[in-house]
Amino acid sequence: MKRAWSCLKSRVAMFATPLLLFAICPAPAQAHLNSTNMGPIYDGLLHFLLSPEDLVAVVALALFVGLRGPAYGRRALFLLPGCWFLGCLIGTLATHGVAFPIAALSFLIFGGLVAANAQISLRATSLLAALLGLLHGYLNGAGMRWSASVLVAYLGLVTGVFVLVALVAAFVIRLRPPWARIAVRVAGSWIVASGLLLLGWAARRG
Amino acid sequence: MSDFRRALVSRWAPLLFAMALWAQSAQGHIHKGEAIGFLSGVRHPVSGLDHVLAMIAVGLWGAQLGAPAIWVLPVAFPMVMALGGMMGLLGIPLPGVEYGIAASMILLGAAVLFELRPPLAIAAVIVGFFAIFHGHAHGTELPPGQSGLLYSMGFVMATGCLHGVGISIGLVHRWTWGQMFLRFAGAFIASASVFFLWRAVA
Repeated sequence: MKRAWSCLKSRVAMFATPLLLFAICPAPAQAHLNSTNMGPIYDGLLHFLLSPEDLVAVVALALFVGLRGPAYGRRALFLLPGCWFLGCLIGTLATHGVAFPIAALSFLIFGGLVAANAQISLRATSLLAALLGLLHGYLNGAGMRWSASVLVAYLGLVTGVFVLVALVAAFVIRLRPPWARIAVRVAGSWIVASGLLLLGWAARRG
Repeated sequence: MSDFRRALVSRWAPLLFAMALWAQSAQGHIHKGEAIGFLSGVRHPVSGLDHVLAMIAVGLWGAQLGAPAIWVLPVAFPMVMALGGMMGLLGIPLPGVEYGIAASMILLGAAVLFELRPPLAIAAVIVGFFAIFHGHAHGTELPPGQSGLLYSMGFVMATGCLHGVGISIGLVHRWTWGQMFLRFAGAFIASASVFFLWRAVA
């Protein structure tokens, strides 16, 4: 009897916790995606999350550093968002856009590194990560006008970069079975393929 | 209930319950047609039976050959296919694309039927050569107004998943009846290709 009672109590607790969470954290309604109506930090974050050119490039880097191990992951985790922010600032100051499809290049380089499971040094990886952050950040900032809210939006954006690198790299670092690491490499080859096609689209438009 | 199942239920049930309650609001599109670009990219490779059968044949052959071909072929194929797609986008003509695709089905189907075991490099070259035709024919047909990148990603991912289907079916290779089944599948693909070849010629 006592056991049945404690079992019932644990069942109640099991379902009461999510119910309580649901009650206190309602999902925000999203009317428009360009402006979240939740302030610039969320606008910046959303901009990142809705730009596949940026998202896939960051995922490619995170997959690569994940394959290489924790030291590479830690380096990219802080270097990439930092350089991205810097790139955003430089882009906002500059008046020139970039005609070359940077995203296609990033897909090819990082997707290729993942697909080939390339063993490159930590220093070279850092350099590539810094370049990726600076260039993509520059592209993000190039269309913007100076204002305090833009700076905050950049913070939201690089927070998204930080979280995505952390999640993806940590996920890949934990993968032990050989087939799982091969699946990551297949994903890298898909990124290279998308980059090649993106280059083709850019050439056709240009 | 075993300990394992009890642990599974007590761990995951609250999460699933919370997710069921936590309905997210619907999200509109940032640019009209962009999200549709991804879907038409996904839909495109699976809409043509010739492409589907050839991709599954790549997976089946990879599974028959075993490691490392089982993963080298699916890693190499999308990249070379995209190269073909890029050639199409750049306007570089590739004569006889339809013949190439039909020939790829005959050859890949025959490779599965006879369980051919060439050296890995030759297998990769054969698959890569035909991948160019598949990319050239299918990678360039973007409906107007849709995002080229999302279309390409959808196209590549759907093709990769077709390889996955082929590899998954190919896992039956470990049993004797499975080996026979795969050979029948190869025969089916090779004979289906005759129909596509006839259509390309007619």
